[in-house]
Amino acid sequence: MDPLMPPPPVRKIVVEHEPTIVAPPANGRHAPPPNAPLAPAAARRARRAPAAHVTERMRIESVSLAYGERWVVRDVTLPVRQGEVLALIGASGSGKTTLLRSLNRLTEVTAGATRAGRITLDGQEIDELEVTALRRRISMVFQQPNPFPMSVFENVAYALREERRGRRTSRRARSSRARSSRARSSRGELEPAVVEALQRAGLYEEVKADLNHPALRLSGGQQQRLCIARALAANPEVLLLDEPCSALDPISTATIEELIVSLRESVAIVIVTHNLQQAFRVADHVAFMHLGELVEYGSSVQVFDNPRQQRTRDYISGAFG
Amino acid sequence: MAGAPPRLGSAPPTAFSPAPSPGVRGQKKRGQDSISSWPLADRVGYLLCWAAGLLLCALAAAIVLVMLVKGISYLRPGLLLEHPSASQSQSGSGGFLDPIEGTLLLTAIGIALAAPIGVAVAVWLSEYRRPAALARAVESGIEMIAGAPSVVLAFFGLLIFARPALAFLSQTSAGGAVYGRSFFAAGAMMSLLALPLVVGATREGLAQIPAHMREASYALGKTRATTIRRVLLPSIRPSIASGTTLGMGRIIGDTAIVVILLGASLHLEGAGGLAGLSTLRGTGSTLTSYVFENSPAGEGNAPEKAYAAAFVLLMMVLALNMVVTRLSSGKPRWMAGLTGPMLWRWMPWTR
Repeated sequence: MDPLMPPPPVRKIVVEHEPTIVAPPANGRHAPPPNAPLAPAAARRARRAPAAHVTERMRIESVSLAYGERWVVRDVTLPVRQGEVLALIGASGSGKTTLLRSLNRLTEVTAGATRAGRITLDGQEIDELEVTALRRRISMVFQQPNPFPMSVFENVAYALREERRGRRTSRRARSSRARSSRARSSRGELEPAVVEALQRAGLYEEVKADLNHPALRLSGGQQQRLCIARALAANPEVLLLDEPCSALDPISTATIEELIVSLRESVAIVIVTHNLQQAFRVADHVAFMHLGELVEYGSSVQVFDNPRQQRTRDYISGAFG
Repeated sequence: MAGAPPRLGSAPPTAFSPAPSPGVRGQKKRGQDSISSWPLADRVGYLLCWAAGLLLCALAAAIVLVMLVKGISYLRPGLLLEHPSASQSQSGSGGFLDPIEGTLLLTAIGIALAAPIGVAVAVWLSEYRRPAALARAVESGIEMIAGAPSVVLAFFGLLIFARPALAFLSQTSAGGAVYGRSFFAAGAMMSLLALPLVVGATREGLAQIPAHMREASYALGKTRATTIRRVLLPSIRPSIASGTTLGMGRIIGDTAIVVILLGASLHLEGAGGLAGLSTLRGTGSTLTSYVFENSPAGEGNAPEKAYAAAFVLLMMVLALNMVVTRLSSGKPRWMAGLTGPMLWRWMPWTR
């Protein structure tokens, strides 16, 4: 037998229709070419251009926090800038979440929590601001997606509705239907802002047909983006994210990470994460905390590729945590 | 904590109940101990548990069956629509329209008082609790009310509502003595029976809501009051609805308060004056007091009527129990969807 001849088919398969072969995605994101060399960290980051304008919005100055007698954050000083993402990393119990929650004074909800040091927003001390006004300017997204038991539209509109008192109320109170419309703005009034918030969170296209459906029917990733839309609705200056992807699947996580990066131009972002790779993918600056102390702060390339502190190096290489 | 977030707005989560994995179910686990290997005392105890369970089932079935057979045999549709009348013979004593009306009216008054107060107390206890000593005092107060025999509550109510200052809630005799018995008086005391159930169910519902739900609302710059009104209360609608329904069952079933504080008169007897107000200030009876009066123990002594009325009463309570089960299990959504918003239409303060 001619050795150059192809071997005979073991079994002939008759195909009536040509099978459809799905072309691999052009950017190769889903299927990286085999044996592609792993890009060095700096090169992988370089795909993302740094934001054009970076302005400091918040300043955390020698802040210490305690629950009762127990100090959980000691003497932390950090800047929070618009145009970049700041990631707080560290093992459990390192005080990252407590520090994050102190930025919008949510620690005050916890009984026995005390704070020392200064936190300023645009140069103004946050303690001097009225707390509800402060929280409209510094918004927050939580670990678990937690949409309220209302429609998708109402979830976002809830953030926009303010309890109205004074002029507008008294004028409207005279009308016969004042009771129902007093505390609530009309849907038409809020619609543009709600749509804009949903668009910024990259959710509008998916939910525009069922804005009136209960938000709890959305998938986990959509729920979390709804929570981001809700947090963005009042046009905050700072967005706090407390492990926003830890309850989500990898695809939703990727979507939200892209969203975080795209949002940093318009809002200063602080993200707490347990996931080092995530911090590396989204953050411009990284603060590593350990047992309540700020061990190292620097650009994410520097912290990940060239940590100054031994503890940072150990944590990043997986020696603990 | 990965996976689906707790579904709020649906029925309150019941006890932890892991679904059996499909592979294990059906096949007998190897190494499972059999009763024959147990010590004698354990075997006897096991059998006693079985016996107790079976006895209870038999008892429940007997009650329902006896009432069903006796009740249906004496129940005519006309009985539900005829006014009762005083008569020596059972054929002449009419139906029990007035007791049915009395039951419905009294339940409505009682729950209309108990539901808002109960929800308010529960919200304060769960969300504010300041000062702590007062909160503890309120908790033990509710426990006391829950434990008090209704006949004691009724007697206490009579003392209160017979005071001249509260004469406008009942009737005054020609001599100036305040009667102290009326739908107002009985409804107010009935609300105390339902109150602990509403408070308990509401608090349980609030305890199920994770802290981050409240914080998410605070983080949007909302006050505590707004959070309660717009997030928490809508989330626990099913809990409130089931607590309210349980309370209604409690009111429907009580006799002592009706006998002492409603007068247990044969007809709804208005106190005169404005039509609706007259009835509320007047006396009446309910199915429970009707059954009592017409049973061999009572004055009417018309056991056939008593059986028929008891059957109607039992059916009402069973229907309410069914609503509660549906509401708290959350399985058939139609019912939660139906009862929730319906109750809500009467509780506009939660909007």
